[in-house]
Amino acid sequence: MSTSTLATPASPGDAPPDLQARRVAKHYGAFHAVDNLSFEVARGSFFSILGPSGCGKTTLLRVIAGFIEPDAGAVHIGGKPMQGVPPNKRPVNMVFQHLALFPMMSVGDNVGYGLARRGVAKDEIQRRVGEMLERVSLAGAQAKRVDQLSGGQKQRVAIARSLVLEPTLLLLDEPLGALDLKLREHMKIELKALQAAFGTTFVYITHDQSEALVLSDHVAVMNHGRFEQVGTPQQLYYEPQTPFVAGFVGANNRLVGHATEVRGSAVTVTSAQGLVLAARAIGPVSQGAVVEAFVRPEVVRLARDSGVLADAGWPAYTARVSSLLFDGANSAVLLTELQSGTEFRIALPQTGEFANLGVGETVAFGFDPQRAVCFATGPASAVA
Amino acid sequence: MKTTARLMLMLLVAPALLWLLGLVVLPHVELGILSLRARVAPRVYEPSLAQFLTFVEEPLYWHTFVRTAVMSILATAITLVLAFPMAWTIAKLVRGKSKSLLFVLCLIPFWVSETVRTLGWMILLRESGVLPAFLVWLGVTAAPVELLYHDATIMVGLVYTSMLFMVIPLISALESLDDSLIEAAYDLGGTGWSILRQIVIPHAAPGIVAGCIVVFMLTLGNYLTPTLLGGKNSQWFTEQIYTQFITRFNWEQGAAFGFLLLGLSTAIVWVGLKVTGQKFGEVMQRS
Repeated sequence: MSTSTLATPASPGDAPPDLQARRVAKHYGAFHAVDNLSFEVARGSFFSILGPSGCGKTTLLRVIAGFIEPDAGAVHIGGKPMQGVPPNKRPVNMVFQHLALFPMMSVGDNVGYGLARRGVAKDEIQRRVGEMLERVSLAGAQAKRVDQLSGGQKQRVAIARSLVLEPTLLLLDEPLGALDLKLREHMKIELKALQAAFGTTFVYITHDQSEALVLSDHVAVMNHGRFEQVGTPQQLYYEPQTPFVAGFVGANNRLVGHATEVRGSAVTVTSAQGLVLAARAIGPVSQGAVVEAFVRPEVVRLARDSGVLADAGWPAYTARVSSLLFDGANSAVLLTELQSGTEFRIALPQTGEFANLGVGETVAFGFDPQRAVCFATGPASAVA
Repeated sequence: MKTTARLMLMLLVAPALLWLLGLVVLPHVELGILSLRARVAPRVYEPSLAQFLTFVEEPLYWHTFVRTAVMSILATAITLVLAFPMAWTIAKLVRGKSKSLLFVLCLIPFWVSETVRTLGWMILLRESGVLPAFLVWLGVTAAPVELLYHDATIMVGLVYTSMLFMVIPLISALESLDDSLIEAAYDLGGTGWSILRQIVIPHAAPGIVAGCIVVFMLTLGNYLTPTLLGGKNSQWFTEQIYTQFITRFNWEQGAAFGFLLLGLSTAIVWVGLKVTGQKFGEVMQRS
């Protein structure tokens, strides 16, 4: 996918973007950690960089923060070039993965650290630290020790410590990674509220797609040092532009096969196992091309009677239930399609209709061909 | 069941207890008694503070005493200043193979006995030695100079001998410092000096104090290095103790000096802990 895709939404006031990266590259030997990346982040937005570990997102963040000098390209923050500007002189602050609160200082001293380094007067520091702690709902916590705080409170102190300096940009390096699931869910909501309240531009990196989708205005999906796709969470989910994005964002059933019939964007795919399915082409797909098709578990409809599917005009398949994965609202069922033996993961509707579904039962399933996508991954071959 | 466990515990602790009792407590009790008696006639003794009075009245003794304390504190400070960058390099800057190599390089001098090492310094520094000859060859001095028997020479020897005991606790203290704390401080506008003062030193304080205590005690109680490198001028308090016990055969006076030295080191360590706000137990866990 093109790496020059802009993340800018139509910015109303024509304010310059808070972060601009132009052809930024960083290599380690032959390994391209960041490969010729260009993007912009609009003022006041919440921008996430989502990618698997080792995709270069941490390197990119450290380039923006100034801890790593890029081999090529330029980073502009708040419209100013950042080449040769050390981290302590950049209008950027970072919330570290394990927060990196100073254990040898009180909460108040932690939050006031940056102000003291700027030579702000003592009573002014006290006033601003007090205000900031109030804004993150930790009023009066100045004298507490860091180890007296809960995980969520530490998180808020770390953010307060950065935001008290009024940075143009706040970088967050997977700050929720170390928290347990319940707290993580809670902190997601809190982070989004904090960002909305302060209006500071947030650049957030994570490998957790749920964090990226829930929090962000725009998400860049990163792989092998490049952005596969930049877009709103909805665009990434509904309109993935590359097979990687389709496979990485949300859960997906992936089928590899050939395009046996192409009519506009409607493609008939015959999988290697012999399953025939209809899907919507993203990008050019020619007759006979090697394709990857993706069907989300949640777009598939399960039915005990295939007539329901025929009424909707959808192709129907017959399958045997091979396993039930009960997980409350996220329950799924593993099916084996009878003719080809293809495995399918399908979200189990929690309407009660399938509460008594048993392993070994034969059911019908189908999906809207518009909701399944396919990508050409190789040239046409004679096999088709 | 419970009695067996207790018996096991007793057996496990017994060697350490025997060691403490037999080799540390008993001799000190004996020395304590020795130091507090005076010989009035052959084989006739009576309780007395005469030894301690001699120490106060004889300027040479307390002069040596104060000099030993000051030189030891100075040696500890110099060792700390030199060891800190070394420990920082090993703990934070190098990785993998070169890290263990540097660590082994610190350790290697200690494979040789202290006597041999100190004699090595003498070969280098004496008038007919390597360094004076080198200085003449360079044209710095016209004739070979005697580099032994100066206070500076003693200092060099003491610092050299103590280095490892400072480097090891410092490395372990610095290794436990999370790099992201330094980065966070830098990111928030900290500079090298302010980060060292506000983040690194407070974190490493127990390690620093542990290293200082060990080095100070080793230096204060060192006999060989001051004697060999300082010669007659060294005036080290342990030499006074040695002289009383061995040359003068005045065990009473030697024992009194021994207790004075013990009191001195305890007092200085206590002051050091108070000044730095550290607790002895915590510090000793770090060393």
